[in-house]
Amino acid sequence: MGAGHTHRLHRHGDSPVHALPPHTKLAAVLAFVIVVVSTPREAMWAFAAYAVLLGVVAYAARVPAGFLLKRLLIEVPFVAFAVLLPFVAEGERVDVLGLSLSVNGLWGAWNVLAKGTLGVAASVLLAATTELRELLHGLQRLRLPPLLVQIASFMVRYGDVITDEMRRMRIARESRGFEARGIRHWGVLAKSAGALFIRSYERGERVHLAMVSRGYTGVMPVIDEVTASRAQWSYALALPCAALVVCLLGWTL
Amino acid sequence: MHAPDGFIDVPVSAAAGVLAAGAIAVSLRGARRELDDTARPGAGGGVGADRTAPLAGLVAAFIFAVQMLNFPVAAGTSGHLLGGALAAILVGPYTGVLCVSVVLLLQAVLFADGGLTALGVNITTMALTTTVVAYALFRGLVKVLPRSRRSVTAASFVAALVSVPASAVVFTLLYAVGGTTDVSIGKVATAMVGVHVLIGLGEAAITALTVGAVIAVRPDLVHGARGLRQKLKLRVDGELVDAPETPESAEPVPAAARSPRRVWIAGLVTSLVLAGFVSFYASANPDGLEKVAADHGIDQRAEEHATADSPLADYGVKDVDDARLSGGLAGVIGVGVTVVAGTGVFWAVRRRRTADDERSETSSPAGTSV
Amino acid sequence: MDPVSTASLEVSGLAFAYPDGHQALFGVDFTIGRGERVALLGPNGAGKTTLVLHLNGILGGGAGTVRVAGLEVGKRHMAEIRRRVGIVFQDPDDQLFMPTVREDVAFGPAAAGVKGAELEARVDRALERVGMAEFKNRPPHHLSFGQRRRVAVATVLAMEPEILVLDEPSSNLDPASRRELADILRSLDVTVLMVTHDLPYALELCPRALVLSDGVIAADGPTADLLADDALMRAHRLELPYGFDPRSVPAPPGRG
Repeated sequence: MGAGHTHRLHRHGDSPVHALPPHTKLAAVLAFVIVVVSTPREAMWAFAAYAVLLGVVAYAARVPAGFLLKRLLIEVPFVAFAVLLPFVAEGERVDVLGLSLSVNGLWGAWNVLAKGTLGVAASVLLAATTELRELLHGLQRLRLPPLLVQIASFMVRYGDVITDEMRRMRIARESRGFEARGIRHWGVLAKSAGALFIRSYERGERVHLAMVSRGYTGVMPVIDEVTASRAQWSYALALPCAALVVCLLGWTL
Repeated sequence: MHAPDGFIDVPVSAAAGVLAAGAIAVSLRGARRELDDTARPGAGGGVGADRTAPLAGLVAAFIFAVQMLNFPVAAGTSGHLLGGALAAILVGPYTGVLCVSVVLLLQAVLFADGGLTALGVNITTMALTTTVVAYALFRGLVKVLPRSRRSVTAASFVAALVSVPASAVVFTLLYAVGGTTDVSIGKVATAMVGVHVLIGLGEAAITALTVGAVIAVRPDLVHGARGLRQKLKLRVDGELVDAPETPESAEPVPAAARSPRRVWIAGLVTSLVLAGFVSFYASANPDGLEKVAADHGIDQRAEEHATADSPLADYGVKDVDDARLSGGLAGVIGVGVTVVAGTGVFWAVRRRRTADDERSETSSPAGTSV
Repeated sequence: MDPVSTASLEVSGLAFAYPDGHQALFGVDFTIGRGERVALLGPNGAGKTTLVLHLNGILGGGAGTVRVAGLEVGKRHMAEIRRRVGIVFQDPDDQLFMPTVREDVAFGPAAAGVKGAELEARVDRALERVGMAEFKNRPPHHLSFGQRRRVAVATVLAMEPEILVLDEPSSNLDPASRRELADILRSLDVTVLMVTHDLPYALELCPRALVLSDGVIAADGPTADLLADDALMRAHRLELPYGFDPRSVPAPPGRG
């Protein structure tokens, strides 16, 4: 759960996918995932088609397959859950290699695996081709509450600063011969966490002063206006539209 | 615990999304109030602009960072904070919901951690449920317990302990309604709650220790413990004496404050005991399908899998294998949630009366100033 | 000099107590003329930060008045005051809160309503003045400390302030960055009020100095004279670095 957070997904590049305005990409990925999730799980070929679509996008974005596959590891916990499903689900059972498995559970496992994997892959492609602050602009353009976007952008700006402070505290602890090895050391770690909170909060207060000093009145001034042309929108939305066709076929066939 | 896409069906995901959006909208307003009345000398009193964005942003960054702080358990395993309860206690429930939601949002968008369509589900279980349950329980306990720092730590422990399985209960409920696979809900609940009680223990210990550490240095920063401020001292002839309390800082009416406290204690204890017992015996008789599974020996294997492979086994402790016991725990937690919800409604109703004069202020989203 | 027409900053009778009762300022009076560079010296706890936060109205409500270019600091002109008084805080990480250098420098002018090409030009000009133009699109977190401090100065310059207030500008800088910053500050044609413990830096940059002690201005005069006054220095817990003799330093360039 926690291990992957430090990993930066963004890959710098100048592919056509990188160049798309962030909000079109966000909208496209969201629409794509919704379509994928709404697809009936029995239409197995549809999921293959989705995978091909994502493959095309990855090719256009010049995101190497290895990179994409490595990032899919974040899904491993749910693979474990999916493996479990055929054993615990109810209904009709079949015998496979001497194990009694639930048919429903097998479908459920397939459903979670297929949809989850496609969802993660789509998100990874988005994150790989869009810079952090662009994503924030995109969220703003998609009419997320401005205050929420501001909070998110402060989090992005200061995430590194605070992680750094945490790292320095760890070095300070270790320099004095402390190494957390078990539960009895939690008190010391928690003290660091407490100190980190106080520093973060106080920094928040100072940042606020600095903002007010430069004329902040509660509304972030608009500095960059991201806009998308009709062509860019249609380019971005080609992905979910193609997916929608597949999905509709999946329902009717 | 970040649910991926396709785990919960579309209608329920959408409903959870609407719920999450509503909760965030409410929190955006509430957080403004929460973060403003902390205005301390020299730190922004009368500064004249909204402090929500920088403060909540920094707290979100803190939650994000502290989730990466590893707490070793034993034999190479380690756990880490989820942070909902901690955020609620330190900065208040509204800001807590906002911060954890923002963390989840960015994790989904930047790290592909948790599905985009499951964002509503994830916010509902991990941001909303944990903070609200933890805060309500925390406030209730702080009211009931004697006014001391130890009580705050104890209350943090219990609040965090319950908040994690409560979130698992809510997840199970969502799964019961919108799960994409037909699994015995009893089984899901048992497994989820069982594992999460253990995680909750770790969460509780870390949260309580962290709150304790903050309260030792800057008690004024612990939102949930505002009532505990030390009395001002005056230096009179070289000796410290208590300053006379000013009328507005004095406790309104001590007698009136005590009677609801008694009601709180009584209500809390009875419902917890009842729920514990009832669920304990109710779960003693497993339903037919579970029994079939048990007879085939599948149950056994399933339980093993659940602990061995689950990412939630971070804390490296064995599952609660006694179905009765975990059933009972689920009951206790269920009641906790109910009590909290009831109290929430009560507060909301009571607040409505005072809300009228505030309405003009809250209706202008951007321009509020002190 | 005539205080009303040319003064950048006039502070008169300023007294302030925090809500908790702690009184930090006990009647501060001074005037800074347009284009002057003045150092504000004083021991820890003298009230320097409190005073600085009064200059753009973050704190207020006590006795006395503060005027910036003849405009009284108060609710009525708050936006204008905050544009005219540029405060550079001690920790550049607090000041640089936007995701990129460019957006950060643009924040102040954009909040004042500047848009489009004019905004872009302001950003470029401000970054040019601190020699950071090529770092425009970098996230602040990737810059060195000295570079961050220079960008922090640029964020304030972009607002084209009447007076630049710097809180400990030389702290945590290596000698080269310290000198670079001094060159930048000397090249600016704005009024500067510099709060500092770095007495040689004050002597180098500011012809005039104020000593704030116990919430009042205890001394006001040419920096070299104040630093050479041993009794005054001792009385206000000001100490020169070992081996530094202000009398042996040649008079700094600039106005005296």
